[in-house]
Amino acid sequence: MSKPKVGFYWCASCGGCEEAVVDLAEKILDVVAAVDIAFWPVALDFKRSDVEAMPDDNMAVCFINGAIRSSEQQEMVELLREKSQLVVAFGSCAQLGGIPGLANMFRRQDMFNEVYINTASTVNDGKVFPAVSTNVDEGTLTLPLLWDTVKTLDQVVDVDYYLPGCPPPVNLITDAVGAILAGKLPAKGSILAPDIALCEECIRRDTKPDKLSLKEFKRPFEIKIDPELCLLAQGLLCLGAVTRKGCGAACVKANMPCTGCMGPTDQVTDYGAKAISAIASLIDSNDEKEIEKILTNIVDPAGTFYRYSLPASLLHRHYETSYEGGRK
Amino acid sequence: MSDNKSEEKRFEPKIVAFFCNWCTYTAADLAGTARMTYSPNVRVVRIMCSGRLDPQFVLAALRDGADGVLIGGCHPGDCHYQEGNYKAIRRFRLLKKLLKSMGIDDARVRLEWIAASEGDKVQKVINEMTETVRKLGPLDLEPKAWKLIRKTQIELPKAPQIALGGVS
Repeated sequence: MSKPKVGFYWCASCGGCEEAVVDLAEKILDVVAAVDIAFWPVALDFKRSDVEAMPDDNMAVCFINGAIRSSEQQEMVELLREKSQLVVAFGSCAQLGGIPGLANMFRRQDMFNEVYINTASTVNDGKVFPAVSTNVDEGTLTLPLLWDTVKTLDQVVDVDYYLPGCPPPVNLITDAVGAILAGKLPAKGSILAPDIALCEECIRRDTKPDKLSLKEFKRPFEIKIDPELCLLAQGLLCLGAVTRKGCGAACVKANMPCTGCMGPTDQVTDYGAKAISAIASLIDSNDEKEIEKILTNIVDPAGTFYRYSLPASLLHRHYETSYEGGRK
Repeated sequence: MSDNKSEEKRFEPKIVAFFCNWCTYTAADLAGTARMTYSPNVRVVRIMCSGRLDPQFVLAALRDGADGVLIGGCHPGDCHYQEGNYKAIRRFRLLKKLLKSMGIDDARVRLEWIAASEGDKVQKVINEMTETVRKLGPLDLEPKAWKLIRKTQIELPKAPQIALGGVS
């Protein structure tokens, strides 16, 4: 029997997920020995035409990372869906929208203005913006259309499994690949990570006070962070309590609060709303004015609580043309 | 604003209300028993305590067609479960901040303390809330969100040649 074919592709992402595959280190040799890589444009020379030439369901599994925010990305993932038996949303961006998903706080034209006009180092007197097609002497040049709204992978094509994280932790990747190769897969739609909150595996778990209550929220640059004590107890917005475990609390080990890249557990629909619920209930005050004052140090609620999940959230995006919060 | 328009054109907001079992829901019951009339725009959901109100409920209501959300709980100090309403106010304040930063007018959500004996306050708050939301107009989040998505799909050009590697 021939080896199962595997594909990797990236859409709107930083490339970190591709790095995570390389981070498998020597384990990648086992993977390569067990599978045929049928498509991996970031590392090997494959063209779109190679995928188009495949029969349907040719690949056993395709790992797709990145959010979907352009016509080209949509075409590619639709094509890959046709050619793959399984599609795995690889990483926060594919699963929840990720950091590129924060573009949903703005309109496309506002972004274009910022990037192609307002930035200090830009000279663009002709106000030229990327266009889907441009006529030049040699003919017509085309670019994919950038969407106004960023979407998650499963808002565009059917997704079989999710590998969370920014990027997904190596042990979860190897477990997932192992499970796929062995054909021992959970129900369709499962997230291939433990379904428990991060605090459970946090190294500072024992330093968490029985009753957490906060008079003040602090931002990491404002204090000297104690390397032993529970970060929430220090007033930092650590989102471990609402975030899925599986990363080994890597950020906490590096003395930084969890920002929630692993996304919510299975019981939660909207990560940000649940984070609001968890964080706000820690406030140590019953007085409305004082509560309001304590909340002033949460400067950018959307960017804090939906850092990785805005496109997957119930609200999906910002609803007005100008955005006043968070950024000046 | 709406008075100038004919009756059928007047916007009737949909408001979802989450009332706590022990105070506000009982007050709404009292308002009913006392035959007080108030705007029929509110759909009441009974929850055991305003502290049980998950912010997800509010966002889900807004997304699925509600133009406003009203939350009713016991007065501070009167919570049947000691401090559920304090948890509610903390969450509510942060949720309002989030809604504002998402471009949604925070007047669309309102939290009121209404005791079991205050049937008249139920009437007053519901009428006020209905008028406030009527003035703000329809919220229409779900169609808006999906219209944005669909629009991007309709605009799709058939690009002849596309380079691999999606990040641009």
